[in-house]
Amino acid sequence: MTFLQLNDLKVHFPTDDGLVKSVDGLSFQLERGKTLGIVGESGSGKSVTSLSVLGLHKGGRAKISGEIWLDGEELVSASQEHVRSLRGKKMAMIFQDPLSAMHPYYTVGDQIIEAYRIHNAVSKKVAKKHAIDMLGRVGIPQPDRRVDSYPHEFSGGMRQRAMIAMALSCDPELLIADEPTTALDVTVQAQILDLMRDLQRDFNAALIIITHDLGVVAELSDDILVMYGGKCIEYGTAEDIFERPEHPYTWGLLGSMPRLDREVTERLLPIKGSPPSLINVPSGCAFHPRCAFEPRTGGKGSTLVPDLVETEGGHLVRCHLSREERRDIWATEIKPKLES
Amino acid sequence: MSESILSVQGLEKHFPVTKGLFKSQVGAVKAVDGISFDVRKGETLGLVGESGCGKTTTGRLITRLIEPTGGKITFEGHDITHMKQGKLRPLRRDMQMIFQDPYSSLNPRHTVGAIVGAPFRIQGIQTEQGIKKAVQDILELVGLNPEHYNRYPHEFSGGQRQRIGIARTLALKPKLIIADEPVSALDVSIQAQVVNLLEDLQNELDLTYVVIAHDLSVVRHISDRVAVMYLGKIVEVGERAGLYSAPMHPYTNALLSAVPIPDPKQREGRERIRLTGDVPSPLNPPPACRFHTRCWKAQEICKTQEPPLAELAPGHAVACHFPENAPSKTETPATVA
Repeated sequence: MTFLQLNDLKVHFPTDDGLVKSVDGLSFQLERGKTLGIVGESGSGKSVTSLSVLGLHKGGRAKISGEIWLDGEELVSASQEHVRSLRGKKMAMIFQDPLSAMHPYYTVGDQIIEAYRIHNAVSKKVAKKHAIDMLGRVGIPQPDRRVDSYPHEFSGGMRQRAMIAMALSCDPELLIADEPTTALDVTVQAQILDLMRDLQRDFNAALIIITHDLGVVAELSDDILVMYGGKCIEYGTAEDIFERPEHPYTWGLLGSMPRLDREVTERLLPIKGSPPSLINVPSGCAFHPRCAFEPRTGGKGSTLVPDLVETEGGHLVRCHLSREERRDIWATEIKPKLES
Repeated sequence: MSESILSVQGLEKHFPVTKGLFKSQVGAVKAVDGISFDVRKGETLGLVGESGCGKTTTGRLITRLIEPTGGKITFEGHDITHMKQGKLRPLRRDMQMIFQDPYSSLNPRHTVGAIVGAPFRIQGIQTEQGIKKAVQDILELVGLNPEHYNRYPHEFSGGQRQRIGIARTLALKPKLIIADEPVSALDVSIQAQVVNLLEDLQNELDLTYVVIAHDLSVVRHISDRVAVMYLGKIVEVGERAGLYSAPMHPYTNALLSAVPIPDPKQREGRERIRLTGDVPSPLNPPPACRFHTRCWKAQEICKTQEPPLAELAPGHAVACHFPENAPSKTETPATVA
């Protein structure tokens, strides 16, 4: 049985200006011990997806439909109390900004202890020892002293480590990291990515890493899901996405990014226009106004929403172009420019 | 070698740390602590480093948005280090700044026309067909619709706002532009648009850039020369190709090695240098070589003697006692002033 499975998840927010379809029919699966990278620009629905898995959307505000199966339990229809009992224990989250995710009035230790004692009937003393253990595991020096520090006394990288310690304190089986390194400097980011890779191996958790940085997903992910306008537009193994991407948006992301491991190109190959507003998602394929290959779809781009179709061995693409066309464009028009 | 448009010598900025009722000074944050560099006409100089290394402070010192504590800034032959605001104003025309955050650097109550037209009004410049026409021309130049003259910043996306900021910068046809993290607040696909725009404008208008950024790949893409900063000092400066292919300072090496490479096949095999710990506080920086607390090559001398920024290869200077990739000749290297 699949550990985590999302079936046609929809998260819509009614607003005065109209219905915001943040996530619009998302499905994927994830096994224990595997890492899924979710990539997308701002407003693509990647964070909303993770919050809905954890059940963190307020019921009155968000309209959630579809199914989220976690280890044989359905979460969308489950009671708040039940999801709450799973949160922290079965699934946990690492947020982007550790300073705002931690309470400034309580010591780091107290916050880890609180989470641990909610799920485990142990004394404060035992819990504190556990907190010190966890801080040591994530590489905080002198954990027995730092456990009594307040979040503001930590540096950015240490705070992120402390939050990882907090998330891992109850041995969660599903760990969601939302832009875990975006706020960090590059040398610290490298440390945190190493740490997450090691910890995931030790804990054998399923890891979802959400980011806009293709470098970060390439470092960690087994599978990658590319989101655009609330939908998955391409899904495949890390190698599928980086070696033989088939969606024009993925090509655009790869072309937009200057790379240290390649010769300097004359010009970057950006995508024209900006990401769509989720209130007025373009008709048909949400990407069509920005797509350079839209004219080749014979007008289907602006009228029909393309289906997410398997092209080969679990590699899924949502595009009107035929498989042959896409492969041809990639091989003859895009790849040579990226590698020139 | 073309002439330099901006020259910085021994530039310092120490922010006082005060305590108590009488604000007696108890220390200083040495944000920028004695840096020297030249910017040549028509080139792009990249300034990279981690947060707190003083790169933004350097940008603000050059544009005289803050007052330097020491050192000398020469812009086109004028010593502007302590020039009075009144005398400085005409020079500001030639030296402009692009800011990081396109949301907070544009006044939400002003229309695009007022924002981009402000430089003309402040400088009292008359244009042939009126300010409006001039502004619309600039909007078109940066890829915005000139008809959006009367719109407000909130009606634009992040990338478009950054273009408005660039338009304002370009209004008076400056010679030198200091861009402080011009793309880091933007989405990936938009970043590339703005990077391309900056390059096109440079070719078209013959601009000189100082680009301040933390993203090493972006800096490599747009810079001709790159200076790496660590805790208020320049530790390495050189031509782009040399600096990225054969970095001499261990810190530069570590920075490059820390950048995630978007290629899953290189995930294994890649040689990594991992720095431990964080950047020390600039309030109390380590003595002598400031990097010695995190450096794997550090020896006694690094803790006692500060290495000078020395030119070890043509146009490639490094401040390190044990540089890597250095030419094998061990002549006494000339110290860069």
